[in-house]
Amino acid sequence: MSVPAPPDLNERFPCVTCSEFRGDTRLVVPRDDLVALFKFLRDEHHFDLLVDLTCVDYLKYRGAENRFGLIYIVGDSRSAARLTVRTFVNEPDTVVPSVTSLWRGANWLEREVWDLFGITFDGHPDHRRILLPEEFTAHPLRKDYPLQGLGERHNFPTITRGEA
Amino acid sequence: MAEGGFAVAVELPENVVISKLDELASWCRKNSLWPMPFATACCGIELMATGASRHDLARFGAEVFRFSPRQCDLMIVAGRVVMKMLPVLQRIWQQMPEPKWCISMGACASTGGVFDTYCVVQGIDRFIPVDMYVPGCPPRPEQLIQSIIDLQDKIQREGTIGGREFLATQRQAPKRALVELPVLQPANALVRKA
Amino acid sequence: MPLVAAQSTADIAHNDLRDYVWTMNFGPQHPATHTTLRLVLKLDGERVLDAMPDIGYLHSGFEKIGEHLDYNQYVTVTDRMNYISPMANNVAWHMAVEKLLGIELTPRAVYIRTIICELARISDHLLSTGAIGLDVGAFTFFLYAFYQREKIYDIFETLCGARFTNSYTRVGGSSHDITPLVVEKIRAFCQDFPKTIDDMERLLNRNRIFVDRTKGVGLLSREDAVNFSATGPVARASGVTRDLRKDEPYLAYADLDFNVPCMKTGDCYARYLVRMVEMRESLKLVQQAIENIPSGPFNVGIDERTALPSKQQVYQTIEGTISHFELVMANRGFEVPQEEVYCATEAPNGELGFYVVGDGSDVAYRARCRPPSFINFAMFPHLIRGHTLSDIVAVLGSLNIIAAELDR
Repeated sequence: MSVPAPPDLNERFPCVTCSEFRGDTRLVVPRDDLVALFKFLRDEHHFDLLVDLTCVDYLKYRGAENRFGLIYIVGDSRSAARLTVRTFVNEPDTVVPSVTSLWRGANWLEREVWDLFGITFDGHPDHRRILLPEEFTAHPLRKDYPLQGLGERHNFPTITRGEA
Repeated sequence: MAEGGFAVAVELPENVVISKLDELASWCRKNSLWPMPFATACCGIELMATGASRHDLARFGAEVFRFSPRQCDLMIVAGRVVMKMLPVLQRIWQQMPEPKWCISMGACASTGGVFDTYCVVQGIDRFIPVDMYVPGCPPRPEQLIQSIIDLQDKIQREGTIGGREFLATQRQAPKRALVELPVLQPANALVRKA
Repeated sequence: MPLVAAQSTADIAHNDLRDYVWTMNFGPQHPATHTTLRLVLKLDGERVLDAMPDIGYLHSGFEKIGEHLDYNQYVTVTDRMNYISPMANNVAWHMAVEKLLGIELTPRAVYIRTIICELARISDHLLSTGAIGLDVGAFTFFLYAFYQREKIYDIFETLCGARFTNSYTRVGGSSHDITPLVVEKIRAFCQDFPKTIDDMERLLNRNRIFVDRTKGVGLLSREDAVNFSATGPVARASGVTRDLRKDEPYLAYADLDFNVPCMKTGDCYARYLVRMVEMRESLKLVQQAIENIPSGPFNVGIDERTALPSKQQVYQTIEGTISHFELVMANRGFEVPQEEVYCATEAPNGELGFYVVGDGSDVAYRARCRPPSFINFAMFPHLIRGHTLSDIVAVLGSLNIIAAELDR
């Protein structure tokens, strides 16, 4: 259940724009205001639950102006109120401030976004890959990476019957 | 068992059965398979169902699931195997003592199934030897039981001919280093560095 | 073992000057991990000082493949995400797609989906509580649970032909209607199941060994649960009352009467109890829904252009023929807005949401899944710190980690 944006949002954060689709309220915030906005939402408006954190690569999206969109979904732990917060980054400066200082649950979610999209989180305590092996060099959920990969999946030694 | 029709010079008492040692060994082996469940994904739940009450794998002498590869002679790979898991699979396969067999259970383990993606190995038979493939996504427990019956036939048929566990040279040959580090650089060197 | 991840995690012991602290590897192939996850533990004798989870042993690119399969095909992949309750994933995926397309389901489809969601919740909780029992030594409990799961498999097999990976829902409805035989089987299950659950509770609820091994183990306070983004039974055992079925009533939950069990202690025993009570509540929901199921079509009509029309319509009306033809042609699928939605359901494990980005074609531009297992497992080091080695299996079992959902 999505709720309207807080009424005092625009006087505190004049750069935030707001839109709505099918009842979802979406805020778009500049990258520099991200942590301040979350602090404001969490401490003054009870959005104390980070529901989800993900990223979309808009490389092949019709009409897109920015390359990566980071999507944060914040909720209220006592009701189902929910807000979607988005911010955009472009190459080569794909650095976003980390929200692990506000929510410890963001730790793995940010590692996952780093692993699959190559977005760097500034201030993250444990900035490593999480799902793919450490030797992996690409970020596979980017749109310029093919579905079948680049041959990494078959780059292993084979064991035959004779050498077991 | 001795239906081969040998001419026997002495008369045997009724309680003596003559067989080939080879067949006897195979008969013992096929009726006491000890599976090593390498269950990674959905097929693992069906593997559990095969061992549980309704389907009861114990009827075929293969109910002794052991989680240590040193005690097993049948590896059942149930579920997809991905890049990060493959070195583990190879290592476990190498830790199993001879003679050993492998069942690839389900579409994902056999061919990659619906997961034709960058990280799923397209068939474990590219990297370890496989004796029996079970189709299905996931296979029903009946299918898995049928594959174990078929594998028993295969064990009986093949016997110990070429049984490498008896070859002295093989036994003393130095084992090759367990599993080398996987090389995960993209095969295409032109790819843009992330 | 030359996995590089091991080297980078092993240094948690090397940095430590106390040389009696040693490092142990747990998994990824270990019976108590149920599936594939790995822990690197820092131990002082039997006491766990720190744990470092290493996941990704089943990462199969679900979200990448979602960008290449159309909205109906991807349901087969969601089956394999949380494979102990596939129906709940099917419903979650198609609810997100229908929200993107703006489709209103027929009343019958709403009730069918409610019923299968609750049956999936029962079958999930049966396996997860059964697995806790199995891991702490109560094997009989597991067999009781698995026997009832087989009955739910039977119901699903009668409903859609597949006992395990169902792929049942479609955009705007489902693949099959619910038949009188299925209704009969569900009624029989509803009659039979309370006896089993009574037996299960009698076996474990006051069992001294079980209570000793789970009570006070893996404590999670309410503040930590919220801070770690926990949802579902794990959060409700810690005093968070959030349940999307009550707070944001989707499907038919607004019409039905049920309670949301919550506890305040937040240990493994509380998580076990919450799941046991939830099964009874789910059974109540199934009983109410099966008796009140409305008649009428189970798919949306032809004018919505999403669900395949019935064979009768295809053969006897021109609209049906055209609609069928357009739906199965590759480039004439649905009309999808170029927008993004997030839609969540209360899956057995917690909030299961999908963030779907549509780009006008009938293939999602991005299909992000909010996986409850992944988020619940992130707090595992916090839960296990200070407990003994043998408590790991109890904590893992009570979090109900499904590796395919964890790694996707």
